[in-house]
Amino acid sequence: MEYTLEQIASQVRRDIVRMVTAAASGHPGGSMSATDVLTYLFFKEMNVTPENWRRDGEGLDQFFLSAGHISPVLYSLLARRGYFPVDELATFRRYGSRLQGHPSVDKNLPGVNQAAGSLGQGLSVALGAAVAKRMKGDPHTVYVLIGDGESEEGQIWEAAMAAAHYKVDNLIAMTDWNHQQIDGRVEDVAGLGDLRSKWEAFGWTVLEGDGHDFTDIERVFKEARSRSRLGSPVMILWHTEMGHGVDFMAGTCKWHGKNPSVEQCAEAMKQLEETMGDFAL
Amino acid sequence: MKEYIDTGKKDTRSGFGAGLALLGDSNPKVVAMTADLKGSLKMDAFAAAHPDRFFDVGIAEANMVGMAAGLAIAGYIPFIGTFANFATARVLDQIRQSVCYSRTNVKIAASHAGITLGEDGATHQTLEDIGLMRQLPGMVVLNPCDYNQTRAATLAAAAWNGPVYLRFGRPGVPNFTPADEPFEIGKAIHLEEGSDVSIFATGHLVWEAIQATRELEARGVSVDLIDIATIKPLDKEAVIASARKTGKVVVAEEHLIAGGLGEEIAAVLAAACPTPMRFVAIDDQFGQSGKPAELMAAYGLDAAHIIEAALSF
Repeated sequence: MEYTLEQIASQVRRDIVRMVTAAASGHPGGSMSATDVLTYLFFKEMNVTPENWRRDGEGLDQFFLSAGHISPVLYSLLARRGYFPVDELATFRRYGSRLQGHPSVDKNLPGVNQAAGSLGQGLSVALGAAVAKRMKGDPHTVYVLIGDGESEEGQIWEAAMAAAHYKVDNLIAMTDWNHQQIDGRVEDVAGLGDLRSKWEAFGWTVLEGDGHDFTDIERVFKEARSRSRLGSPVMILWHTEMGHGVDFMAGTCKWHGKNPSVEQCAEAMKQLEETMGDFAL
Repeated sequence: MKEYIDTGKKDTRSGFGAGLALLGDSNPKVVAMTADLKGSLKMDAFAAAHPDRFFDVGIAEANMVGMAAGLAIAGYIPFIGTFANFATARVLDQIRQSVCYSRTNVKIAASHAGITLGEDGATHQTLEDIGLMRQLPGMVVLNPCDYNQTRAATLAAAAWNGPVYLRFGRPGVPNFTPADEPFEIGKAIHLEEGSDVSIFATGHLVWEAIQATRELEARGVSVDLIDIATIKPLDKEAVIASARKTGKVVVAEEHLIAGGLGEEIAAVLAAACPTPMRFVAIDDQFGQSGKPAELMAAYGLDAAHIIEAALSF
């Protein structure tokens, strides 16, 4: 059956919370802030399917996750999209699993293009992939998601300069602007200031959207596509909330890298509708 | 002993530039990148002939490594070139995650390696790079000894499927290996057969080891001389066979003892056939400004020191 984006996102958030609870570790907070945007990207925006996916991305849109710690949302979406069996989500972070703590190509998990975890590297990789598409005459788009805390890494700004310098306009980068990092609020730890002006000053076309409203997500992705191919890379600043979807996890850094207890997980499940069937534990 | 003819001093980095230019013409997948050191890396010929496949990314090495990984994922074969210090220590984590762990087919072309970088001094003289690179799972480490061998190693690096660290240097050094000898990754090059002492040399130290061997032979010492142009994967069979034969091993390299070829060989021999060893390398210190030859002598990296080591057992 066809599921609505809201139904898929609800199931993905259930998966995230259940995965980190079962693994007794992992990063639910940022996974839940990025859920809606990535659900739209995987189910509506990109022309990639489990059947046509290939690591080199030839003839396809391509997605790179730079903030590798939010692997739970990536794994859940890949499974729910059909890249691998949903029940494999139960192996997350276990010995021998293809679902490593941070995404890896080491065990050939379909849908993963590149290892990520050490922050700040994925934007450069996506930029290289976008340049490659241009060299090949491949008209498709490269997408990449970075975190707002991750934007404290210097390499992000090296890549920002290079992308504008080379006029890489088939690249759509996105920031999951949830205002939280491990040690607290981003503005308290190492403030980013006026992020929009920073990206604009670096030569990017900057769009903003509500990362938890599918109507707005659709609007912004459409605008991003219409404003790409105009000589500048595009940055979408998604306004999001860490831990979105579960009241006691929302809006705090507490759940950046911490798993709920079994009781807390049960409480969270009451707030997230099971729509596509939970994976077996 | 064979005759080794210096056909004229040439820098090994020009060997890389020549190899890269050949690749540019023969392989449309080869892409070259540099971080504001096009001239120093001798990439001008490639850049002029293939501007569409050349990227000077500016002084931003971390981004260069990442971009190269992205290009490699898409099927290109990127060669990224900068000074060896900035190609390794500065971007070790990028190489570790975006290249080696991600199994991307990136070639790291590292010039001005070692103390022979000379006058710029210790900030630029990396003596740790072999250790840093050979620790990374899946990385191939090549350290050719002259212009011809560096040119051939560049071609071999492109043909190899996987990450390669290609180390070469700044100053002109004797060019003596055969011009058209193919480079075989993983194969030690047996220069001289001997029975009294083994000398394993790599990079700029190979020519010094040849001079040392000539002198040692004149003194009646029979030298088993091996050029280790591939530091990783090490030709363990050749190393063990030579050590078994001579029972004495000297390793000569333009690097710190820590992490270098000597330690790598020591680990192999300690397990297979424990052998007394001497290390012609730098022990736990930074370099300083000076002329390359002057520094090599001052830091104990020349033929005289190899002879001394070979006679010290």
